[in-house]
Amino acid sequence: MSIQLTGIHKGFGPKQILRGLDLNVEEGETVSLVGFSGAGKSVTLKHIAGLLMPDRGTVVVDGKEVPKLSRNDLYRMRLDMGYVFQFAALFDSMTIGDNVAMGLRQKGGMSEKEIQDRIAESLDRVGLEGFQKRLPSELSGGQRKRAGLARAIAYRPKYLLYDEPTSGLDPVTTEVIDRLIIRMKEDLGVTSLVITHDMKSAYAISDRIAMLFEGRVVEVGTPDEIKRTENRIVRGFVEGRPEMIEEAEAKAAAAGGTDPPTQLGRPDLAQQADGHHAGRAPQRRDA
Amino acid sequence: MNWTFPLTIVGAGVLRLLSDFGRFSRFVGESGRSLADLRTWPGLTIMQMRKLGVNSLPIALFLSAFTGIVLALQASYTFTGAIPMYFVGALVGKTMILELGPVLTGLALSGRIGANIAAELGTMRVSEQIDALETMAYNPVSYLVVPRVLAGTLMVPVIVIFANVIGIICGWFTALQMLEMSTSQFIRGLRLFYDPFDITYSVLKSCSFGFVITIVGCYQGFNTQGGAEGVGVATTRAVVIASVLILVLDAFWAATLLQQ
Repeated sequence: MSIQLTGIHKGFGPKQILRGLDLNVEEGETVSLVGFSGAGKSVTLKHIAGLLMPDRGTVVVDGKEVPKLSRNDLYRMRLDMGYVFQFAALFDSMTIGDNVAMGLRQKGGMSEKEIQDRIAESLDRVGLEGFQKRLPSELSGGQRKRAGLARAIAYRPKYLLYDEPTSGLDPVTTEVIDRLIIRMKEDLGVTSLVITHDMKSAYAISDRIAMLFEGRVVEVGTPDEIKRTENRIVRGFVEGRPEMIEEAEAKAAAAGGTDPPTQLGRPDLAQQADGHHAGRAPQRRDA
Repeated sequence: MNWTFPLTIVGAGVLRLLSDFGRFSRFVGESGRSLADLRTWPGLTIMQMRKLGVNSLPIALFLSAFTGIVLALQASYTFTGAIPMYFVGALVGKTMILELGPVLTGLALSGRIGANIAAELGTMRVSEQIDALETMAYNPVSYLVVPRVLAGTLMVPVIVIFANVIGIICGWFTALQMLEMSTSQFIRGLRLFYDPFDITYSVLKSCSFGFVITIVGCYQGFNTQGGAEGVGVATTRAVVIASVLILVLDAFWAATLLQQ
């Protein structure tokens, strides 16, 4: 029950988003993937769910290579996976109850009574008791997000992929969601990959934190390791100090344009990366 | 300017057209294959038949009622003195059933149904609802496309039949009230050139229009990119392409089925 991404390259037209991304999420582990906006975090998550296929490299979930799965096998795998979308992605024409029931109905094997009970339980877990009959348009942004989370956890998936589950939420709701993510792991042993910008959340919920920069993971470590990292790009990011990142980029460029994150980060990652990055000038973060 | 420049432009245009056609053909093929997913689409098709079909009746009937009135008046204006007035019935019936019933209804529905589908699916695409369906192991084509295309293909002919009937009734009423014709005169004209094949032709044509309106709407919606602007572009394209295809199909059916 692990997730392995190896050498993932993905581009959209001339724009190269992922450039040899490597990341492992072990069974029962919660890994947070952090990085700048537009760095390719959501793209990474979509590769795991098979919504996007890599141009190069491979994704292995539960020992199965996702890009090589038949459609039926891919759908079977997805029933073991809950996906929390950045903007909830609730079905506008359905009530919240029906939204939460979608995965349960597709998975099958439950009576209508059991489905209704599970809907109530899932909504209860995210603090939306009694919201079954409401429409998504009647909910605030934060409530929609929590409803999306309830939909993802309702069918008890083995894997949970969270795309910024706490962005835009108030501090109390953020704490509720963080605790829920921890409980999902402790109670149900769920393997999770969480995309977040919120370092406080990342430190609270993660077994390990990975930093994505210029299409590759440049640092992976426990929250304590990340806090103490010597990698100035990672440090600049987690401490919110842009001057530190600019300085690191400038230093790397002066040293001959070698890719700054791998040079400044972990040497083992530099060895993993396929040599074509060497000599490339630093890229803009919003590329 | 390089002399090859115009060639480059034409070549790029042709390549884009071929690539669009290829993608559209694949989408149609995928929709056909998704018919096998019997667990998903049958219930949703009934819902769409009500939404796309029944709810579209008022606009189609309104359109055909006025078409029937105008046809009767124009026929009488054209025939005055030269052709017996009972030919008004023949012209109203034949024109409504063979041409104006299906084509006007098709064009009106490409605006109503085609735009509705493209906007709805386009919004679902840009707000990741289609991705959400995928992550819960639903095939979005059998969940969203098949029910709409089947509902359109089955319901547009039904709407057209109603439109034909209302158009003819309004033409008859106009003949009675404004052209001083009798019911028997109008019916005599109506029966004069009537051929049962006309109904088959009208229904067949309407089925193809219903298919084109819905599949183009679904295709444009599924391939929407960007935000609100992308949805607007997809909606406009759905209406324009479906309208053009309706006119092309109209000519195609006339050329293949009405040749003596």
